[in-house]
Amino acid sequence: MAEIDNKITQLCPQAQVDTTGEFPLVTVPDAQWHDLARALKTQLHYDVLSAVVGMDWTDAYGCVYYLTNTSTHELLHVKVTCADRENPRLHSVVDLWPVANFQEREVYDFYGIVFVGHPDMRRMFLRNDWVGYPLRKDYDPASNPLRLEDETGEDYTCRWVEDENGKVTKVDGKVFEDDEYVINVGPQHPSTHGVMRYRASLDGEIIKKVDVVSGYIHRGIEKMCESLTYPQMLLYTERMDYMAAHINRHCMCMCVEKALGLEVPRRAELIRLMMDELMRLSSHLLSYGCLTMDQGATTAFFYGFRERELIYDIFDRTCGARMSMSYSTIGGVVADVHEDFIKDVRHACDVIEKNLKEYHKLFTGNVIAVNRMTGVGILTKEDAIAYDITGPSGRARMDRYMVRMKEMEQCIKILRQACDKLEAEGIQGEYCAPKVPKVMKLPAGHWYQQVEASRGAFGVYIESDGNTKPVRVHFQSPCFNLIGVVDLTCKDNMIADLITITASLDFVIPDIDR
Amino acid sequence: MFDFGIVTRWIDDLLNSVMPGWLSTTIECVLVAVGLLVLYSLIAIFYIFYERKVCGWIQCRLGPMRVGKWGLLQVFADVIKILQKELITLWNTDKFLFKLAPYLVLIASMLTFACLPWGKGLQIIDMNIGVFFIVAVSSIGVLGILLAGWASNSKYTLIGAMRSGAQMISYELSCGISILTIVCLAGTMSITGIVEAQQDGWFLFKGHLPAILAFIIYMIAANAENNRGPFDLPEAEHELTAGYHTEYSGIHFGFFYLAEYLNLFIVSGIATLLFLGGWMPLHIPGWEGFNAVMDWIPSVVWFLGKAFFITFIFMWIRWSFPRVRIDQMLALEWRYLMPIGLVNLVVMAIIVTQGWYFGA
Repeated sequence: MAEIDNKITQLCPQAQVDTTGEFPLVTVPDAQWHDLARALKTQLHYDVLSAVVGMDWTDAYGCVYYLTNTSTHELLHVKVTCADRENPRLHSVVDLWPVANFQEREVYDFYGIVFVGHPDMRRMFLRNDWVGYPLRKDYDPASNPLRLEDETGEDYTCRWVEDENGKVTKVDGKVFEDDEYVINVGPQHPSTHGVMRYRASLDGEIIKKVDVVSGYIHRGIEKMCESLTYPQMLLYTERMDYMAAHINRHCMCMCVEKALGLEVPRRAELIRLMMDELMRLSSHLLSYGCLTMDQGATTAFFYGFRERELIYDIFDRTCGARMSMSYSTIGGVVADVHEDFIKDVRHACDVIEKNLKEYHKLFTGNVIAVNRMTGVGILTKEDAIAYDITGPSGRARMDRYMVRMKEMEQCIKILRQACDKLEAEGIQGEYCAPKVPKVMKLPAGHWYQQVEASRGAFGVYIESDGNTKPVRVHFQSPCFNLIGVVDLTCKDNMIADLITITASLDFVIPDIDR
Repeated sequence: MFDFGIVTRWIDDLLNSVMPGWLSTTIECVLVAVGLLVLYSLIAIFYIFYERKVCGWIQCRLGPMRVGKWGLLQVFADVIKILQKELITLWNTDKFLFKLAPYLVLIASMLTFACLPWGKGLQIIDMNIGVFFIVAVSSIGVLGILLAGWASNSKYTLIGAMRSGAQMISYELSCGISILTIVCLAGTMSITGIVEAQQDGWFLFKGHLPAILAFIIYMIAANAENNRGPFDLPEAEHELTAGYHTEYSGIHFGFFYLAEYLNLFIVSGIATLLFLGGWMPLHIPGWEGFNAVMDWIPSVVWFLGKAFFITFIFMWIRWSFPRVRIDQMLALEWRYLMPIGLVNLVVMAIIVTQGWYFGA
């Protein structure tokens, strides 16, 4: 800890390092930020930008950047404040971490912080005629009445350039040239798996560029959380990536438990783990189904869904719901598992294990499937790190399909082991911590918790001022990063591959549009 | 085996005895046309039901079950619904071509449909170039699809139509070559002639390896010509929403849909005609009793039974395989199917001239 303290002050004398918190916190003025960022990346090996959290500290705007060192897995966060509250500006780090492209656009969209040097400074989720920036504390919701006309000027973008004297000017640009053959996919389209839209520029059947248009189902969960208490907030975690409902909720619970210093009983941890793995299994089954269906193999889709039913029945019996189970709670889980839980899980494991072989027979070895999937949409290791692609999509690099199939096998193994352990614990036991405060007040400060959800690293950032409600909540969702590589992976592939690639990246739209 | 020629000749004689020749010919034409249209729609309705049930069975589902017993009336309900739908015409489209396209597709499949040998003596016209005629008229369909894609003035339909054009023209070749292989074996292009030549053994069994190879090539190429999975790129609903017929509604869409199912029946029928002996019963040389029992089954049942069986294979393929990509689809045809087909044709010619086939 002290080591990093010295290293950073050596790199940048203006930076202040605070090592008292959970992770080292570096505070740096905007003028030195870009140089420090480059040094952090090249010299200290912080090669992954995990999250960019826009902030409104009422006296100033700014960002909190979470950086990960992939060799030591150390986390570092950097707080950068804008000098000017009237015209908030920060230096963009897109040139260092390409993942910042969409992350910074999101911050611009919600906080109005302009990133100097960003190549494509458009709004990410909201309409381009939106008035004001909704996550600012002084935002007035009445300034945006319901609009009945289409937005215009979709093809225009701009960027902000700084010259040698530090003077910042706005430069207009275009997303697509006038003579490009742009085909629209979505927002209502069979294979976008939700309300998602791409605009693809084609040359014959070859894709030249993909522009992702997002935000059709954005609900502003982060803004809503600011007016909710912590137990209330849990509800929304399940409505982001609904295929990782348990896992997201688990993450949020862990973050709050960490802040409160709560100890979770072992049995509750075990139950949570089993639910997480069941969720992952169900998510991968869905992913298998969708990937196969998007390539035209409709039958395989039904097979995937048939097995998912087993898992949903297990959820139904223990949690009382098939989706949005609301099972984890701060301190443990809501209720103990159903008496047949272990039996059901073992049965589901057996059936899925057997049927996985059938999947391979039906689809994996199929010559058409192999030809459709090999060499398509390759994501190199460097790109996966640069774009912070985690989970199966990042782990795979090439064969995202097979990684999910293998992960399912591992899920089954984990579940079987957990079944044995839970059995040893007995049918019933302590499933929730005994002393959970009724009124939860997190001490002032900020916390960050990451878990691996079905689609990659899911992170929760909570900043509290000591009240029952948080000042800022940010969810770092894996799918948001996944859409960042759509253009990269689809380029120079065919229009049919766009569908294969997006299906193999396997994003869930509500997780992008939080 | 009952010869339906007796019935048709009897009707012909009856009409000729009471009216002049031109009138009886006209009446016969009308009768045949009405009969064909009714049969056409009935087979389409049956095929839609058949596909739904087979697809359901393959996918561990039941298929339609609510309307009528086992969902038997579901397709009728769908047809009534589609007839009531509004025909939407779009702005900035070529309205004449837009409306013409579905009829072209329908006409092509009707013309081919009329050539099938339904049973002994049940054939509309027995031309001496029957097979040639089938190949010729079935290609009109691609014109309708191209027109539909072009006239809709939409990017999806245009891509769909272009894919379809490339696909159908390519696979037409393989299809034609495998048909030629059998014509070579039969020594005639007449449909009746081809069926009769299979009296003592279906061509699939008679023609050694080349006939089996031609059958496989025909099955692949016919599947592609039909725009059915795994060659359903022109519609590719996951990429192009619905391909060339994205912008069609109501019965105009219905015509495409109808033609697609009828084409499925037609290619199965042609496969039956060329490889499985048309309406000929299964005869095993030497087994007189068995052959007599087989003869007892009406020829129409034989023909339909074989066609439905081939269709089942098509459905099985469709619901098992993922879709190919356009470049892979073209590579399959031009790099593999066509060269193999050509070599196969030469081998078949050698076999025929040397008399090496069974029952020579």
